[in-house]
Amino acid sequence: MSDVAALELRDVHVTYRTREGPVPAVRGVDLSVFAGEVVGVAGESGCGKSTIVSTILRLFPASATVTGEVLLDGENVLTMRWGRMRAVRWGVASVVFQGALHSLNPIQRIGTQLVEPIFLHDKLATDNSAATKVRTLLEQVGLPARHADAYPHQLSGGQKQRVMIALALACDPQVLICDEPTTALDVMVQAQILELLIGIARERSMAMLLISHDLSVLGTSCDRVAVMYAGRIIEHGPARAVFDWPEHPYTRALSSAFPTIGDAASRYAPSGLPGDPPFPGDLPSGCPFHPRCPSALPVCPTVDVKLLPAGPGRTAACVLVDQSVPTR
Amino acid sequence: MRRASTVTTPRKLSPYAIARTRRKKSLQRFAQAFFGQPAGVIGLVILSVFVLLAVSAPLLFDREMLDITKTLGNESLEPPNGDFWLGTDENGRSILAVLVWGARASLVVGLAASLISMVLGTLIGIGSGHYTGLAGSALQRLTDWFLVIPFIPLVVVLAAVLGQRGLGTIVLVLGVTSWPGTARLVRAQTLSVEGRPYLERAKVLGDSDWQQMTKHVLPNVMPLVIANTTLTVAIVILSETTLAFLGLGDPFLDSWGTMLDKATGAGAASTGAWWYLLPPGICVILVVLAFTLIGRTLEVVLNPRLGSE
Amino acid sequence: MAVAAAVRAADSDPEPQRPARGGQQGGLGRFIGYRLVAGLGTLVFVLLFNFFLFRMLPGDPAARYRAVKSISPADLAKIRDELTAPLPQQFVAYLKDPLALDGISSWKGQPVWDLVQGRAWPTLVLLGATTIVAVVIGVWIGIKAGWNRGSRFDKVSTAVTLLFYATPEFWLGLLLILLFSTGIGFFPGIFPSGGVIDSGIDPLSFEGITSIADHTVLPAVALAAVYLAEYSLIMRASMVDELGQDYLMTARAKGMMDHMVRRRHAVPNASLPTITLIFLNIGFIIGGAITVETVFSYPGLGLLTFEAVSEQDYVLMQALFLVFTMSVIVFNIIADIVIAVIDPRIRT
Repeated sequence: MSDVAALELRDVHVTYRTREGPVPAVRGVDLSVFAGEVVGVAGESGCGKSTIVSTILRLFPASATVTGEVLLDGENVLTMRWGRMRAVRWGVASVVFQGALHSLNPIQRIGTQLVEPIFLHDKLATDNSAATKVRTLLEQVGLPARHADAYPHQLSGGQKQRVMIALALACDPQVLICDEPTTALDVMVQAQILELLIGIARERSMAMLLISHDLSVLGTSCDRVAVMYAGRIIEHGPARAVFDWPEHPYTRALSSAFPTIGDAASRYAPSGLPGDPPFPGDLPSGCPFHPRCPSALPVCPTVDVKLLPAGPGRTAACVLVDQSVPTR
Repeated sequence: MRRASTVTTPRKLSPYAIARTRRKKSLQRFAQAFFGQPAGVIGLVILSVFVLLAVSAPLLFDREMLDITKTLGNESLEPPNGDFWLGTDENGRSILAVLVWGARASLVVGLAASLISMVLGTLIGIGSGHYTGLAGSALQRLTDWFLVIPFIPLVVVLAAVLGQRGLGTIVLVLGVTSWPGTARLVRAQTLSVEGRPYLERAKVLGDSDWQQMTKHVLPNVMPLVIANTTLTVAIVILSETTLAFLGLGDPFLDSWGTMLDKATGAGAASTGAWWYLLPPGICVILVVLAFTLIGRTLEVVLNPRLGSE
Repeated sequence: MAVAAAVRAADSDPEPQRPARGGQQGGLGRFIGYRLVAGLGTLVFVLLFNFFLFRMLPGDPAARYRAVKSISPADLAKIRDELTAPLPQQFVAYLKDPLALDGISSWKGQPVWDLVQGRAWPTLVLLGATTIVAVVIGVWIGIKAGWNRGSRFDKVSTAVTLLFYATPEFWLGLLLILLFSTGIGFFPGIFPSGGVIDSGIDPLSFEGITSIADHTVLPAVALAAVYLAEYSLIMRASMVDELGQDYLMTARAKGMMDHMVRRRHAVPNASLPTITLIFLNIGFIIGGAITVETVFSYPGLGLLTFEAVSEQDYVLMQALFLVFTMSVIVFNIIADIVIAVIDPRIRT
């Protein structure tokens, strides 16, 4: 495996200009995903995880200011020319969007939508080769080839998400970004879709970024996870370790927000977090988590903690980490 | 938008006082939103000018100036000059005076007919949305049927069939023909309100149909109705102009449409009497534009689903 | 192996509707059938409405025919018998001939059909010209303004279209006559102000067609301005609605150029409401041309309506009103079918 990451974010900041003033949605994120690796990003809604997705293919609205570097195979997408950008979109990295319900054009047949990126990125494609490719793609995601003639509304939510995955694979990208790919699906279907996605990524040794609000899902299926809060990564490390032994109080709250099957105690004391995540335009001082933190110290409102080493391959942004490192 | 909660514990207030302050607050919020929209403000300013003109017409120009038996001494179809700023019509009347008095006719007809249309449309719309049985579907069919009847031919034919043409006839004709659009809109909104839990609750608690419709549905469709009625006023004024232009208006009422009818009769277009043609048309455009701008702004402000831009 | 497992599991995923090509065609056929039946219901209502509307008249309906010299006393007696018969009997007679094709116009003393027939084609010419101009320009403006919401083009075009929307079309007609027919100041009086064709020319010859075009330009522009405004406002609103849709983000992420995203994805979806409106309006323009045809003495069905009203010819009025209403019903049905063909969601 090459030592250049397939996807790397370096000190990425995203600020939206709004009528109420600038809103910093992402405040300095560093993250890399190597080929063959599945990296998860977890966090509540509004923590900036979907904003990160929009930076990777430069799909953010004009009201956003993005600084830092977003490197795809070493190439910075933020400074790319538009022509190169269009070639990179879907050719190098593709996205499985959240809510497949609306991510497909309602009045075009599935086949037409699958063929579109093929012709766009492969100048040598013929009608025949594209049709064959569509059939293969649909089979790969477990759909019969006849679905190419269907319209999106004729498919179930899970089938639509499968189409979305087939679409994302149409140009054999190196990087696959999945933005809440299983939200709005039935629980059973969620598991199937996730299994399919991870399986495909591993099989093709793609670099995959998996965004979800469900830390338990990421903990079981990813290699590494990053937990985001208020526009920053506040904990990062091997997936299993982060999920099983969270260092940051927020991660702890997030991992126990979902009851562990078989653990009776977690059912009787579901420790949800009090309050809502802060509004990005109006963050609390110091550690932005301190108003909701069950183990906040008097120093927390004044210290803006950076990521600190917290065990093998792990970092966490909490003043408590300093003391806890030697004990574990 | 989420902010740190700054709710102070309320002292014991009567429910009415709470409702009053809440209403005042939402009114303030509404005003702020409305005046944040330049289009709406422009519409309001234009409309205010015309309302002012209409109200003060007797102060500006004596009613006598419209009486053609009193204006025989003036030259007819005189271009604008020092005495008559907008010139004279074929009877030697000051076009400016007729124009200002015409504002009254147009506004009165527009508002009165829209009121009829609003009441009819709201009643039929809520009824067809609330009653699920035969009555509801009958009202819905009726709305659908009236929607396909071409408006202008209907108005023209109705005015022609009704014969004697007074202000009341015109208002009636325009009022009873322009409700289907409102009814359809109100019906859709009623259906969405009917699906909400608090209506379920009202039903369980035994509210009568009338109570459900007046206490719960009506307040919810009212904002939409008001925005829609404002747009209806614009259409009604245009239609009144059309009717009057076709000679189907009140012959004793000098509306802007009547002026255009008379101007055509006097050959203003073919003789180049632009001062007779332009002012009434421009006035119609401005007033219709004003109501359209206000109506569109109300739609945006009162219906957050449409988005603020 | 994980993939294989997921593939097998896919069949447990409920499938709401089986996509099969034959089924879709059947859906469309059923939809059209349903739509035709509903249209028939509307037609029955309109026939009833039309019947009673014209039975509200006060006075002796036959008296109006006395002024027509060409009617013999025997015919007059027959007309009186028909018009004063009991309502049920009148209704039966009406149903036999709802358009009153054999009815005698009290204005001209001619069968109504002869009058309507001769006046239909100028209205169709005007309708065609108006629709083409209004649709092409209006939709173009709407797309451009909506796609670039907030741009200067958007602001200016919205202001101008709102102004046109508020303009009475006949007043615009009068203004056009003043400027381009009478001619005033710098404006050349180059267009005729009345009629549809210069007399004595075969309408199907080259001269005939240019003469018709010459006579149609001004009324078509006057009518088109209003409808153009409506189309562009609706199209703009639909485009703005589509802007936030997720599938546009997908299209952009695929690496499509902005104008391709617009043409291939945004416009087809956004055009659905406008297409409905265009077809509906075709029905409405036929009747809405009354004032413009009157202003330009354009001898179509609109001018005929005005003449019927001025001459108080109720038989003619009734026939015209039914023609207008039926054209709306027909185009209503066509609109629904066209939408069903474009939008697969409608027909299921």
